[in-house]
Amino acid sequence: MSKKKKKSELLVAALENGTVIDHIPSDKVFDVVNLLNLTGITSPITIGANLSSHKMGSKGIIKIADRFFSEDECSKLSVIAPNIVLNSIKNYEVVEKKAISMPDEVRGIVKCCNPKCITNNEPMQTVFHIVDKKNGTLRCRYCGKDVAKDKIILL
Amino acid sequence: MDNSGRSLISLEDFDSNDILELLRQAAMFEAESYRNTLEGKIVATLFFEPSTRTRLSFETAVNRLGGRVIGFSDAATTSSSKGETLKDTIMMVSNYADLIVMRHYLEGAAKYAGEISPVPIINAGDGANQHPSQTMLDLYSIQKTQGHLDNLNIFLVGDLKYGRTVHSMLTAMRFFNPTFHFVSPEELMMPAEYKDFCKANDIKYVEHFDFNEEIIADADILYMTRVQRERFTDLMEYERVKNLFILRNDMLRNTKPNLRILHPLPRVNEIAQDVDSNPKAYYFQQAKNGIYVREALICNALNLL
Repeated sequence: MSKKKKKSELLVAALENGTVIDHIPSDKVFDVVNLLNLTGITSPITIGANLSSHKMGSKGIIKIADRFFSEDECSKLSVIAPNIVLNSIKNYEVVEKKAISMPDEVRGIVKCCNPKCITNNEPMQTVFHIVDKKNGTLRCRYCGKDVAKDKIILL
Repeated sequence: MDNSGRSLISLEDFDSNDILELLRQAAMFEAESYRNTLEGKIVATLFFEPSTRTRLSFETAVNRLGGRVIGFSDAATTSSSKGETLKDTIMMVSNYADLIVMRHYLEGAAKYAGEISPVPIINAGDGANQHPSQTMLDLYSIQKTQGHLDNLNIFLVGDLKYGRTVHSMLTAMRFFNPTFHFVSPEELMMPAEYKDFCKANDIKYVEHFDFNEEIIADADILYMTRVQRERFTDLMEYERVKNLFILRNDMLRNTKPNLRILHPLPRVNEIAQDVDSNPKAYYFQQAKNGIYVREALICNALNLL
């Protein structure tokens, strides 16, 4: 696996230890930055967008040195991009390749699209149930309105 | 005092047994409506949005059961107009009352209140979302007039796009093999998501964009709702259809003898006054049934049954 990564087409610097988040849709790169609070990290971060991809046409990659992510943190990403892969790198080798699993519910991440929903009018956490894991449809726990994957707005 | 009752937020989790049991309890209260079950209890009616009928019906139910009522009928007179959060209002009132009956203009408000409140909450309507006591009194009225809930021809007439009561009716009747007839102007037709719900639950339905004597000939229940001017984007369209979905007494000539006409009220002109004296008109008794259903809901919420 690591040999493949070291191919000449690699556009961003190799990582000694840390996480490579791969297969991010190009327009979601900065959503991933926000969801994982990467702006608060002091270790080196490389962000690549609009890179060519055989699978996706165009993709984004984020490399974060010396930082690994928990299941919980990863599952948040499924809301915006279910096909993201997280590679944990140790000593320049990929030691773990994590596909993201869709959680049953997401809390405090997504905004309800219904302006008359209580969550948009009261200081409280939003909660969405994932009613259709295949298509990524969320349902607001409070007002019951569905939000399609392409209509998701992050808080 | 035991406040560990159960909130009633929505009927979505009710199965057919739960529904039938509640209707049985409501019948018990109809047989004996005045009791002392709530003696020593205080019920708060918090109406963040005015609703005269629903509030009076709940308050009557509490009074008939010997309880006391505190509350407000308009949020303008409360601290929420000063910017108090719903949470703070609920936490404060739960210090005073054993049960909170709440009407709110925001969707999901009752669900949230139920999560934070130390005392049970009964949802008396949250925006366009849920109004379970109305749905239960509709079902009680259907059962009472037809003798059962099974295999009925139910005609929903008027505003099927925005009408909360007609949407809840689809959900609650799904256990009882109904055939629905959706009768509305095209602009206010039943939304696709509810038709999909019917398909997914094997509920038969027929759509009509006309309202006349022939269409309603085999109806068991005619559930009328108001076509509201403010719902139309095209006022020319409103002018064209506003008088087409009015029920007049002469349209009832050839209807089935067991037909009953329901309406959640308030009525404006969608049922002509001459229908009121027809024995098939049932909307005022329907409102009366609301008291028995609410007596049952209140006692259930307080674990007093």
